[in-house]
Amino acid sequence: MDKYEQRAVLGGSFLMLVFFVAVVIATTGFGVTVPTCIVDVKPFKHGQLLKLADKHYELHAVAKMWSFDPPEVTIPPGSRLDIFLTSPDVAHGFNIEKTNINLMAIPGQVTYASVTFDQNEWGNFRLFCHEYCGMNHHAMQGWIKVWPAAALGATNQLAPVAAQQPTPAPAPASAEKPADTTTQQPNGGAQQ
Amino acid sequence: MSLRQTVMTLDRGLKRLTLIQLGVPMFLLIIGIGGGLLQTLMRAGIIKSPSALGLEYYQGLTLHGIINAIVFTTFFAVAFGNAVVSYSLRTAINLKVAWLANWLMLVGTVMVAVMVFAGEGSVLYTFYPPLKAHPIFYAGLALFVVGSWVAFWNWIPLYLQWRREHPGEKTPLAVVGIFTTFIVWQICTIPVAYEVLVLLLPWSLGWTDTINIEFARTLFWFFGHPLVYFWLLPAYVMFYTMLPKLAGGKLFSDRAGRLALMIFIILSIPVGAHHQFAEPGIGAQWKLLHSFLTLGVTIPSFITAFTMAASLEYAGRQRGAKGLLNWFGKLPYFQADNYMFAYLFVGLVIFFFGGITGIINASYNLNNVVHNTAWMPGHFHMTVAGPVFLAFIGMSLYMVEKMTGKKVKGKLAVAVPYIWMVGIAIFSTGLMRGGLHGEPRRTNMGLTYLNPESSLYQPEWKLWVMMTAIGGTIMFLAMVIYFAIFFKTLFSKKTEEEVLEFPISEAYHDEKPGIFANFKPWVIAAIILIVISYTPVLIDVMRSTAYTAPPYDPHVPVPARQFQLPPNVVIDNTK
Repeated sequence: MDKYEQRAVLGGSFLMLVFFVAVVIATTGFGVTVPTCIVDVKPFKHGQLLKLADKHYELHAVAKMWSFDPPEVTIPPGSRLDIFLTSPDVAHGFNIEKTNINLMAIPGQVTYASVTFDQNEWGNFRLFCHEYCGMNHHAMQGWIKVWPAAALGATNQLAPVAAQQPTPAPAPASAEKPADTTTQQPNGGAQQ
Repeated sequence: MSLRQTVMTLDRGLKRLTLIQLGVPMFLLIIGIGGGLLQTLMRAGIIKSPSALGLEYYQGLTLHGIINAIVFTTFFAVAFGNAVVSYSLRTAINLKVAWLANWLMLVGTVMVAVMVFAGEGSVLYTFYPPLKAHPIFYAGLALFVVGSWVAFWNWIPLYLQWRREHPGEKTPLAVVGIFTTFIVWQICTIPVAYEVLVLLLPWSLGWTDTINIEFARTLFWFFGHPLVYFWLLPAYVMFYTMLPKLAGGKLFSDRAGRLALMIFIILSIPVGAHHQFAEPGIGAQWKLLHSFLTLGVTIPSFITAFTMAASLEYAGRQRGAKGLLNWFGKLPYFQADNYMFAYLFVGLVIFFFGGITGIINASYNLNNVVHNTAWMPGHFHMTVAGPVFLAFIGMSLYMVEKMTGKKVKGKLAVAVPYIWMVGIAIFSTGLMRGGLHGEPRRTNMGLTYLNPESSLYQPEWKLWVMMTAIGGTIMFLAMVIYFAIFFKTLFSKKTEEEVLEFPISEAYHDEKPGIFANFKPWVIAAIILIVISYTPVLIDVMRSTAYTAPPYDPHVPVPARQFQLPPNVVIDNTK
């Protein structure tokens, strides 16, 4: 083979090696992982949210045709959420927008992932089913609501943020998290 | 016949067979392409309905996937393989066996299509259980795959005979490419045949109660990723053996082509778990191994990128280009009588972006951002609906033209790939940007997320779904022009001699094949790698499965049969 061609092969291989090293660093150094094989947790029938400690919650999520159980959960900003997920019927998806939580719910299996929300990040995070699961798949959506307890009314309904925010607003979120319609900054105006 | 002879007189039996294998799938493709347009409109909320033109969204999506990605591609690969093997080895194929293969594939196609149209197979082209299709759907799939095996087996004796009669000669690169395509296909379809015949068919008939879902998905993806190379490899055959000549030059390096093909044999298959990064039941360390091997399978595409650029540069200089880069302006981009160059060249341009986005998907934890979002169809439309699709429709037109002696009707044939490129640039950008904002794939979003009257309305995605619909409409228009030209040519009057001819390039660097002369060591290496990469995956899947699942009708959220969890499984509600 031509010497430039050999260099192209070596160059391409080297680039892929660099990418792979980057992946390994992201995994071991920054803890960005993918689900692994779980054998000691058995599938469960009902969803629930358990409070393990202050700002540490455990979600048992059941994805089923065509809703999530529980359909929505509310946790305070800065919380760590440990998620166990299963399905009692067909395969479903479980993607929390604007996070790295992107899972599959497979009947007969349990999967696990953990996410810690930013202290300054409030709002309603949509939870999508992104695996085709039958004729009503497009209506299968849940909510992860990240709100401080003070912003919640007596009936656990969301109230306008500005009116219910007694303490000085925390520092604005970092620049890489742009404000948008679903994740509100406390000082970013009110929306229900 | 001499090897120097470039035009072969055409066997009439091969002509009839080829026209059926190109024409029937092309007719079905009208449905598949129309379905694609409807899906972009329904996703965007321009059509807010569970169904359009009598087809439910997911039923239409099943047809779009099966017709465009399985039926059209496999029929083309078989027809192209028959013609290329016959032409390159200067021999006649056994038509009886070829017709048997054809009938198996046609009957299989009809069985699958009828079931999907009847609403008994809305399981998408991945047919993931426990969503269940009619048993005839699974039986049709199996017949179709077995038919494609028979077509391949038909070429093996011709190849062995040629090797005996031409000791010391290099096997023609085109034949090496076709055999690479079908060796990968033969290996990867065995597990999916097992899934369909041993797991799904008896379960769908009610002979078995339940099946292991994660096991079935793993078998599917053992097949599902090599499938994309099965699509890509016939296009690679055209890139290596035909594009240089169409450009007016030579293939820069024959050996590079052989090296790239042999790497595909080794690395196409032991990478399938990268489709399952997000799934439970497979250890993360094995997923990382599959990610590593997937990055390895990009190397033959780097080789191809270099060799194609070098071949095109050589062609440009043959056409009188001087200086560093002006060869780029000398290539035959818009010649109506050399339309095939445009189809292949535009395919390469699109594949550049398809390849880069593929590396993102292969990158293990980066997959968390894009898995099952609209990013994915954005990516793979730039591979399978880019180089693969354009090469296949271009070559279909070329084969019809040569084999029937009918000149292509319509100068716009050369414009189709460029219109398609504009369409796909808008379409895929819309899908990928939407995917990064969380837009799910395979979802009739017009009813919920893109419906202002729905409580789930998500206005953030409006721009991206509109781009997708506009790009999809442009792609549809390109295909309307193409179909008109294809069928007009097919049904026009014969003006030339009927011939079997491909524009096969000479090589600029024409080295000895060396270690690439035989398939055997590469096939053995492939099997060893498959065993290493898949044994731990299958062990993990088996030990993590708590129970197996009964079938579900996609319309009904309860099991299709009475189902009791086996007594030894403890369903624990605490953790």
